[in-house]
Amino acid sequence: MDIIQQPIPWYIAGPLITLTMFMLLFIGKKFGMSSNLRTLCAAFGADKTCDFFCFDWRNDRWNLVVILGAAIGGFLAVNFMSGDVAPLLNSEVVNELQDLGFKSAGTSYLPTELYGNDILSNPKSIVLLLIGGLLVGFGARYAGGCTSGHAISGLSNLQLPSLIAVVGFFIGGLIMIHLIFPILF
Amino acid sequence: MRGILYLLIGIFFGVVMLKSEAASWFRIYEMFQFKSFHMYGIIGSSLVFGVIMVQLIKRLNVKTIDGNPIRFIDKDRSVARYLIGGIIFGLGWALAGACPGPMFTLVGAGFLPIVIVIIGALLGTWFYGLLKNKLPH
Repeated sequence: MDIIQQPIPWYIAGPLITLTMFMLLFIGKKFGMSSNLRTLCAAFGADKTCDFFCFDWRNDRWNLVVILGAAIGGFLAVNFMSGDVAPLLNSEVVNELQDLGFKSAGTSYLPTELYGNDILSNPKSIVLLLIGGLLVGFGARYAGGCTSGHAISGLSNLQLPSLIAVVGFFIGGLIMIHLIFPILF
Repeated sequence: MRGILYLLIGIFFGVVMLKSEAASWFRIYEMFQFKSFHMYGIIGSSLVFGVIMVQLIKRLNVKTIDGNPIRFIDKDRSVARYLIGGIIFGLGWALAGACPGPMFTLVGAGFLPIVIVIIGALLGTWFYGLLKNKLPH
């Protein structure tokens, strides 16, 4: 049972993501995670504020069960499969991050500077996480999908709109890392 | 009964996200620095199998578990919404280091500050709904 304690290599992870998509298609659903955010907004009463949330969110409860499962999967991976060991990053990346102030680079799964449990006393981290989330939520709905809906589902079906969206994901990511990070950190 | 299937698929997906390190902020950073093949390998190999899978489903007329055809809906044609929306998403993806699937996996994994990202993502989705009619699509 040693193997489940090891990280999953990319060439296994990729096909397993495809398998996730296939299983959802096979039971008559689709693979797309960000629509859950819209469903949750509607469930929390956003339908009273604008038409975009006026739909019967109960029809999409199945996908909420999928993300509940994804959370349970995270719990199982960390507690029974050594899931939170530090990724083996490129050493240049580790040095760069150390210089930027991310001292936890190379020694933790997520940067403790942003995701440590003591960040509630660090207003800068809270603001950055909140803004990061805002951009993800706004952008995913504007583009009509996220990494799962466009980069995997859409591109698998050779959709040009998904290719445009994925190009956008990369433009945004590169701007953030190369132009905005030097200002933020 | 179907609910259990959704839950199991979600658990499977969550384990893959965490254990493949696709849910790690560091891997996203490394990807945007072009310093590792890891994330490109994950997305690329998933796509190779995904393209083949979709073609096979279409050509072999694979049915769902209930015997209905598996339908793929073409996305609406546009450039503005995908490009602008995509760029906004990418900015957030790189900053928070998490996309909408893994952010829930990370809650289960015990990284509680990710809840702030989820609250932000819900607010962002809501703001989009409020502004939708004023934005170019």
